[in-house]
Amino acid sequence: MKKQRPVNLDLTTIKMHTAANASILHRVSGVIMVFAIGILLWTLSLSLSSAEGFAQVKSLLDGIFFKIIMLGIISALVYHMLGGIRHVLMDMGHFEELDSGNATAKFIMAIWLVFTVLAGVWLW
Amino acid sequence: MVNNAATVGRSGVHDFILIRTSSIILTLYTLFIAYFFISTSEVTYAIWHGFFANLGVKIFTMLALFSLLIHLWIGIWQVLSDYVKPSFLRGVLHLSDDVEPAFIRGVLQFILTVVVLVYFLAGILIVWGV
Repeated sequence: MKKQRPVNLDLTTIKMHTAANASILHRVSGVIMVFAIGILLWTLSLSLSSAEGFAQVKSLLDGIFFKIIMLGIISALVYHMLGGIRHVLMDMGHFEELDSGNATAKFIMAIWLVFTVLAGVWLW
Repeated sequence: MVNNAATVGRSGVHDFILIRTSSIILTLYTLFIAYFFISTSEVTYAIWHGFFANLGVKIFTMLALFSLLIHLWIGIWQVLSDYVKPSFLRGVLHLSDDVEPAFIRGVLQFILTVVVLVYFLAGILIVWGV
């Protein structure tokens, strides 16, 4: 069935302002988290299985590869939470205008970068 | 009425409420775990094991796992129903016109929902015996 209604979702013709980027990043970080939860649960399982398993997780965290994965997961989670809080505030009727929406989008991105750097410092 | 038989809620409004209420639990749990790591200078096996052996922590973890099941199920449905479209299947994946987008969406929803259910069950089993 063809619906007769105007559709303009050709992303290559749409100018992405900061609020649009904030929105798509929220989705991207959410999709990343779907797979990240698997890694986190595997890590939790190993760390709680025995003292040896816990030591294995610790040694994994000493390696650069696992550190980068963990930093990526923390970063995605932090962004998804910040973006989610912003969306809920918008549900309540705040920051819905173009200017204020772009301002809060910039604000959460700044906080996100700060927290990602802090998480990196904490991990290393 | 929006047809959303593959998601958790009975309607779009129900999904809207569920994804937000589950996000409150998940945010509180994340802050709780973050607080544990920040307030514990050296996390040893004894401290880590003792933390999850606590009944309150166990219940909070299971509550978070239940919220995660609902949150991911709806989130996956939203992303799939927004992006698995004829233009995406034909333009990006170069599938033929015979392929029904709803079928691909259904298969992906099934696979990912099973993954999310496995997360839920695995998570319960991980903390249950601690």
